[in-house]
Amino acid sequence: MIGYITRAILLGVPMLFGATGEILTEKSGHLNLGIPGIMYVGAISGVSGAFLYENSCGNVVENMNPFLAVFIPFICAILGSAVMGLIYSFFTVTLRANQNVTGLAITTFGIGLGNFFGASLIKLVNSDMPSIALSKTSNFFCTKLPFADDLGWFGELFLSFDFLTYLSVIIAIIASFVLSKTRVGLNLRAVGESPATADAAGINVTKYKYFATCIGSAVAGLGGLQYVMAYANGCWSNDAFGDRGWMAIALVIFALWKPHFAIAGAFLFGALCNANNYLNGLGVETQELFKMLPYVVTIIVLIFTSMRKKREHQPPAHLGLPYFREER
Amino acid sequence: MAKSAAIELKNITKTFGKVVANKNVSLTAYRGEILSILGENGSGKTTLMNMISGIYFPDEGQILVDGQEAVIASPKDAFKYKIGMIHQHFKLVDVFTAAENIVLGIEEGKYNLKESISKIREICDKYGFDLDPEKKIYTMSVSEKQTVEIVKVLYRGADILILDEPTAVLTPQEIQKLFAVLRRMREAGKSIIIITHKLNEVMELSDRVAVLRKGEYIGSVNTAETSESQLTEMMVGEKISLNINRSEPKDPKDRLIVENLECVNRMGVKVLSNVSFTAKSGEILGIAGIAGSGQRELLEAIAGLQKINSGDINYINPKTDVVENLKDKTPRQIRDLGVRLSFVPEDRLGMGLVANMDITDNMMLRSYKKGKSFLLQRKEPKNLAEKIIEDLSVVTPGVSTPVRQLSGGNIQKILVGREIAASPKLLMVAYPVRGLDINSSYTIFNLLNEQKERGVAVIFVGEDLDALIELCDRIMVIGSGRITGIVDGRTATKEELGVLMTKSVNESEVSNNG
Repeated sequence: MIGYITRAILLGVPMLFGATGEILTEKSGHLNLGIPGIMYVGAISGVSGAFLYENSCGNVVENMNPFLAVFIPFICAILGSAVMGLIYSFFTVTLRANQNVTGLAITTFGIGLGNFFGASLIKLVNSDMPSIALSKTSNFFCTKLPFADDLGWFGELFLSFDFLTYLSVIIAIIASFVLSKTRVGLNLRAVGESPATADAAGINVTKYKYFATCIGSAVAGLGGLQYVMAYANGCWSNDAFGDRGWMAIALVIFALWKPHFAIAGAFLFGALCNANNYLNGLGVETQELFKMLPYVVTIIVLIFTSMRKKREHQPPAHLGLPYFREER
Repeated sequence: MAKSAAIELKNITKTFGKVVANKNVSLTAYRGEILSILGENGSGKTTLMNMISGIYFPDEGQILVDGQEAVIASPKDAFKYKIGMIHQHFKLVDVFTAAENIVLGIEEGKYNLKESISKIREICDKYGFDLDPEKKIYTMSVSEKQTVEIVKVLYRGADILILDEPTAVLTPQEIQKLFAVLRRMREAGKSIIIITHKLNEVMELSDRVAVLRKGEYIGSVNTAETSESQLTEMMVGEKISLNINRSEPKDPKDRLIVENLECVNRMGVKVLSNVSFTAKSGEILGIAGIAGSGQRELLEAIAGLQKINSGDINYINPKTDVVENLKDKTPRQIRDLGVRLSFVPEDRLGMGLVANMDITDNMMLRSYKKGKSFLLQRKEPKNLAEKIIEDLSVVTPGVSTPVRQLSGGNIQKILVGREIAASPKLLMVAYPVRGLDINSSYTIFNLLNEQKERGVAVIFVGEDLDALIELCDRIMVIGSGRITGIVDGRTATKEELGVLMTKSVNESEVSNNG
């Protein structure tokens, strides 16, 4: 049971990163469907950083500095995904291109880019398997908190995770706080709800849209990194990331555009995704049916919120629409 | 001691392309007074005020605040000079609370919503606003939203408040509440400028009135020393002769009889009540009124586009002499009877034409049900497009030019031309000459006259009183959704129309009953 829960949490964390990033972006009025691609790029950037660092240390653990082993992939993931966010913002904010089309293009591009670099790295190491293993870096990422092994189930449930898992919860809480309790958050929400009003109030709409999208993308990219380093134990193979990016976008809706709801939602999604592996006697075909569960609960949430018609639970009013400042 | 000037305008001129919105306007507003800016639609009131609040920048002239020359290039600059404007269309974020909207965009100081709320409460208590700062905007009435806008401006420390037609959206009780608040602000030494075209409100509220006409400043008078009739005269001005042909109606017969029509708009506000009139064949019936008095709803009700609460719209079919009640018919059935609506809304392309399609395709929008082939038949509509271009001298590179690339006048010609091509029996046009130059206007007027001579009943909604008086056989005046009078176009004067247009709701009720 405890194994099931910890696995569910590990599975949920990439979605939580992705959803928090997407919420920040959507609050500025931009529906970024490029998130799956951006997370993928975040993952491969982190993998490339880790690969280069491991190589520069001669692939010997003793030569590696624990801080750098974590810091280099971390920064690479953030930069890689932020650049993708920047491309998306340039198209949708500056050129006012259609957000859905741009987002889907970014996803296609991101996955292609990830697979290209992934395949290149695999070729470099001349591996027999179509994957590369960065278990040394992964071990640094997965360093447990002190006493994790001494405190029984408590230690396993709360102290045994990699640092990115804790960071995902912290970032979600910070994002929630910033959105609801600070001036920056108020301004950002105003931009997503009614850019004309924000503009008239003297808020730099373009600046907010760019920052929200790029920071959101960087956060989402960490989700890709966590998947490789913690969930997959440092093993990269092309297309293994699956549909986690789309699940992150479903999670945004499930969480009603609130990062703190996304925390619980992510773990629930993780549990639902994983259920088929822990239930005995399922055929291959019923397993596929179980994978549907996260989407089913999202639809149920959608039905309930649209029935309640509460405006606070709706997406930002100007989501998906380009903003033209009227002729003055 | 004389009152000190809060804001002075000196020789302000503003043009948009060829259109002169304000010409050489000089105006002063003093501290501790309520100044009304009075003028018809399109007289340049809002443009002038937008220059004070930083939305437009004047082409010529100076603005002085407290005797010092001020450069106001943005709404932020306006706040620096303690000027705040409350626009007709509120700029508020719906899912935010009143307080969040009020503090939005203020950069100074710590972000502390609790402190802001208590400061908002202080302002409300001081001036007698009735506002809950923690209420969400989307749950508020229009009047509450307006209060939020006013408090927002006061919160930023404005001393000069400009209100653009603040009463247009309010009920009579809410208007009284607003006036009480404005008077209290005047006593606190603020200067208040309200833009309006309602004479009774001007007389009731303001200390002084400044009148604009066609972008020019006509003069200011103290309210105590003037009368409604003097103000009407200043507002409408001398009659200008336009020399539009007007033939005597030939053999007029009743074509459309509207009885006790009552309509409610989507927001549940009554927009038309007790409207009764008759439109005759071979005559042009003009409809005059201040914008938004129910003209649009009236035409849409006849065309079957607006829900009717009660009353009857009887159409006498000239072919069969059968009386048909349009109330129960679909817009298509009404169109097939020969009733045509050529509506020129605020944005010309909003209704009737598709901007990205070319002229031929726009012709086909009206004839798409014709033709037997599965494929589109483009020949006939193309011929029609060519005919309209030639007859109405539309300036266009060709029939395959997207409509959005044409000038406003040419778009209007195409719109009216297409409706006329269907040889209607009842033709309704609204503001067909808005924004057109003199020559294009005459083309449209001649078209309407031609239709009239063919025995069509024409209903013409216009805003230029001179044109209405010269073109129409009868002029019906509509005010706040009621008919305030029907006069003969040949004997009507502008003053007469002006008085009927500005009659308030209560007065018209009395005159309808009496």
